[in-house]
Amino acid sequence: MATPHTFAVAMASVDLNRPGHYLHWGVILISVANLVVIGIMILLFVLALVLPFPKGRGRG
Amino acid sequence: MSADITPGSVPSEGVEAGGWTGAVRRGAVRAFPPDKLLPDRQPSYVASWIYVFGVLTLAALAVVIGTGCVLALKGPGWWHVSSTGRYVNALHLWSVELFMAFMVIHLWGKFFMAAWRGRRAMTWITGAVAFTASVGTAFTGYLTQQNFDSQWISTQAKDGLNSVGIGAFFNVLDFGQMLMWHIVLLPLALVGLTVWHVLLVRHRGVVPPIPLLTAGDAPEGDPAAEAGDEGGGS
Repeated sequence: MATPHTFAVAMASVDLNRPGHYLHWGVILISVANLVVIGIMILLFVLALVLPFPKGRGRG
Repeated sequence: MSADITPGSVPSEGVEAGGWTGAVRRGAVRAFPPDKLLPDRQPSYVASWIYVFGVLTLAALAVVIGTGCVLALKGPGWWHVSSTGRYVNALHLWSVELFMAFMVIHLWGKFFMAAWRGRRAMTWITGAVAFTASVGTAFTGYLTQQNFDSQWISTQAKDGLNSVGIGAFFNVLDFGQMLMWHIVLLPLALVGLTVWHVLLVRHRGVVPPIPLLTAGDAPEGDPAAEAGDEGGGS
């Protein structure tokens, strides 16, 4: 059972009410949040390619 | 007049009923026989997680439309102030985030499968156009949030849109116009494209994997070309 304190700590780690953090290389400027989302999407794409698909009933 | 039909009579077998309704019915049944429209079996190569992302995109779109309908019914005084309204507003936002993410992963998968093979060009095109319609729908959604974020986005976007000459009839500073684009025109276009895309997938079938070519193989051994018309219900 999460206490209000642990809940507050968890919320603080994803505080969306502050200015975002940005990474800047030359002409490339991207927020850390967007970079994390793109990274998760690439990870999902790779997992979808390599993870075996469960066999359902009647599927050979 | 193609057939003499009296009230209550049924055209005999082999005689095609006249009129545009009969022609449309025959065309629809020919293009989408029941086992192709709602197949209960798919080819073995469809048993892969990469094929799941198209369905996940559709599921997320259903949540987007459902929460959008609730927001439209209750209004901004509800979604900005009440806790339930803010929750539904957040559901609308996060289902859009998932919708876009699933759709892009689906697009990546189909791109690397060259999913336009086997007379599936229109399936690919409707998917790509649906993606651009989704970007426009999401953009107008950000413009109609009625907060500082939407003010910032609209004032930044107006210069870009004016520079390409569409600001005169697509005015991002016109809240009413952007709201109508967001809740009427673009959703209609997106849902229409999605239905067309799914029907094409049913009609042409899921694209088979790209065949492995070994030394001495002829490149025309692509199973996609042969499975162009009958892949959906097999």
